[in-house]
Amino acid sequence: MKHDKDIDGLIALMARLPGLGPRSARRAVLHLIRKRDQLLGPLAQSMQRVADTARECLNCGNVGTADLCAICADETRATGLICVVEDVGDLWAMERAGVFKGRYHVLGGTLSALDGIGPDDLRIPQLLHRLSAEHVTEVILALNATIDGQTTAHYIADQLEHRDVALSSLAQGVPIGGELDYLDDGTITAALNARKRF
Amino acid sequence: MARSDLPAGAWTASFNRMEWRDTGILLATRKHGETSLILDVFTPGYGRHTGVLRGGTSRKLAPVLQPGAQLDLTWRARLEDHMGAFTAEPQRSRAAAAMGDRLSLAGLSAVLAMVQWSLPERAASPALYARTEALLDLLGQPDLWPLAYLRWEHALLGEMGFGLDLTACAVTGATGGLAYVSPRTGRAVTAEGAGDWADRLLPLPPVLLGAEPADDAEIVAGLGVTGYFLLHHVATDLGHETLPPARAALLDRLRRQTGSCG
Repeated sequence: MKHDKDIDGLIALMARLPGLGPRSARRAVLHLIRKRDQLLGPLAQSMQRVADTARECLNCGNVGTADLCAICADETRATGLICVVEDVGDLWAMERAGVFKGRYHVLGGTLSALDGIGPDDLRIPQLLHRLSAEHVTEVILALNATIDGQTTAHYIADQLEHRDVALSSLAQGVPIGGELDYLDDGTITAALNARKRF
Repeated sequence: MARSDLPAGAWTASFNRMEWRDTGILLATRKHGETSLILDVFTPGYGRHTGVLRGGTSRKLAPVLQPGAQLDLTWRARLEDHMGAFTAEPQRSRAAAAMGDRLSLAGLSAVLAMVQWSLPERAASPALYARTEALLDLLGQPDLWPLAYLRWEHALLGEMGFGLDLTACAVTGATGGLAYVSPRTGRAVTAEGAGDWADRLLPLPPVLLGAEPADDAEIVAGLGVTGYFLLHHVATDLGHETLPPARAALLDRLRRQTGSCG
């Protein structure tokens, strides 16, 4: 369907967002136009502000609107404890849980032989630098339970082998609310291997 | 996922549909759009094969679609040269058992990468498939696995048309005292037969002649020989300049285990 050129352009851009296709982008744009005072205007201003200021945290790789992200700038958070995550989305997931009170380090991906991603393509050297600069006593590897995620975890463990830093990783096993009957055999194997005294 | 009524290994083609069903090892996945994956699998009857798996990124399927998984696959396409679409049922997972151990994880990655690196698509290699499945099932047995990998790589060379002839000396015909292998022909040579040419030949570790038990250092030496032929004879035919980085990572892991740096 042919619309105004600017509206068509907006629909085309919206359709490139994750979770949206051309059809849902049209619906979203129509909704924004109908609510342009309450939604479209503030949204456009907010997007412009973020576009002007968004950047990667120089310390941990999180995204923020200043050189240091809110987490690195927060003096109440523990400094000796670093949680290593693959991506900013994983950091946000950890923060949603609200349990971890240390700081993070975002690698920006995982080692992948298939995609040609090596150690130099990730923020591993920056992690090693932070260990000495921030007097870190424990590193938690919160990487995905995938082949690439665990290969990266083992690589980092090798790099930290001769450093005086405690190294731990997230447990793998039955998710909360999970029923054994519906779990894949790999998860059951991991859960059984990581069983704990009850 | 709709299951095919075809028995495993069956193939059918009609005027407007191609279809087969087989078991297979998942070599790799690649995202396709937001919800689908392109699977690269290794099957006994159809060799390496790719196809789209719709809904492959779902929470239900993601845990079972880890590389190394054994899948029951049905492939359908309208024409034979189309990429086609898979339906997949998990048979067993191997990734979970490998993830906790560095050598197993490096081994799993190396085997899958070598299969991808060496085999063309849609060319059946049932013998290599059987060896690969047996090798992957040995993961998690660190005392057996490195030697099994070396034997597998030796067999892979044969499958690629560059099998090493280690039965008798290429010069004297002697079957004992084999100490070198010719980098040009892949044939064994005794110390006597090598003579002044010895420094131009590759040392032949006894493990490649079937000697057991073999320690990790000897296995690394054996992998040096198979790696030489893979790189200098097979890679060029396949258009590769290097061996897969995952293989180098496995060798690095084995070297760390032996404490050597060669």
